[in-house]
Amino acid sequence: MVDALELAARIGSPLTESTFRDNRRMDVAATHILPLLTTLKNDFGFNMLIDLTAVDYLEYEGARDRFGVVYLLLNVDSGERLILRTAVNLPEATLPTATGLWRGADWMEREVFDMFGIRFAGHPDLRRILMPDEFTEFPLRKDYPVKGRGERHNFPVITRAGS
Amino acid sequence: MAVGLPENVFLTRLDAAANWARSNSLWPMPFATACCGIELMATAASRYDLARFGAEVMRFSPRQCDLLIVAGRVVMKMLPVLQRIWLQMPEPKWCISMGACACSGGVFDSYAVVQGVDRFIPVDMYVPGCPPRPEQLLAAIIDMQEKIRATGTVMGREFMARTSPMGPSPFDADELLRIKDASFVQLGGLSSPMGSVPRAGGSNHG
Repeated sequence: MVDALELAARIGSPLTESTFRDNRRMDVAATHILPLLTTLKNDFGFNMLIDLTAVDYLEYEGARDRFGVVYLLLNVDSGERLILRTAVNLPEATLPTATGLWRGADWMEREVFDMFGIRFAGHPDLRRILMPDEFTEFPLRKDYPVKGRGERHNFPVITRAGS
Repeated sequence: MAVGLPENVFLTRLDAAANWARSNSLWPMPFATACCGIELMATAASRYDLARFGAEVMRFSPRQCDLLIVAGRVVMKMLPVLQRIWLQMPEPKWCISMGACACSGGVFDSYAVVQGVDRFIPVDMYVPGCPPRPEQLLAAIIDMQEKIRATGTVMGREFMARTSPMGPSPFDADELLRIKDASFVQLGGLSSPMGSVPRAGGSNHG
């Protein structure tokens, strides 16, 4: 079991730990997420990045930050799991990339960028992954309407006589 | 004056002969993107046996097809592909929109899903259902054959009359309200079947 106090001492930043059922979760400041991930991978054996995703806390009760970026880690040898969350805010909404630690972070960070507009500094190829390249908005943001802003209709119409 | 015809000769109109040939040998292009595609496969398989109606030759090249079957939801990333496939099919060609999603977007009323392919490509036959049973697709293909026999011309003159878009205008009041908020939309670039788009933030519309 990773000790939160020991981790906090190593990265030099406080960690807020909480538990829900079997899940151990830690909140960390965005400035210290990369040192924390590095320490966890190199010193504590968390060698697998299970998932990397984000949550938009706009209008969420009691939320102080706009986005939470969530990292789910697994120590394959011991089976220990850990959930890390860090907060980012507009307008910059940038985090350091985790692709240097896990290559698997590549497409997950692209998805987070595509859906939420959170940028990952140092990412080798930060392009949209799901939406078309010409799409300009970030559809999983809570201030984006579910039905979109007309993008789904922005195509030429082919009539029968004209085709 | 009676015309004496030799044996093995009969008279017909060229249109009727062409329609007879065309309607009994439709070559479908399966554009299957969702569960409707499974029903489409079932229709072509032995139990429902689309071959009874001469339409069993599914080709995956649009250049060898004359019946586009859009089976499943079409997302906005896929629509340019669908349009290109339609344009690549040689004349004469027809289109069946199969299932609720292809006809209207179905339950997927979201930013990414096109609300009916008939807004952007011409459709000849609609099949309701979610997904439609193979019998329904068979019925649509039989109706398609009827339509070809009834209206077809050898030079495809019936197509030339269809100059207007088929689907409903996407630019209803609800849609316009949302577009109004979009800073990225260059309204000159939006193409509306109803003509020019009312200016967002403009006088009294929306």
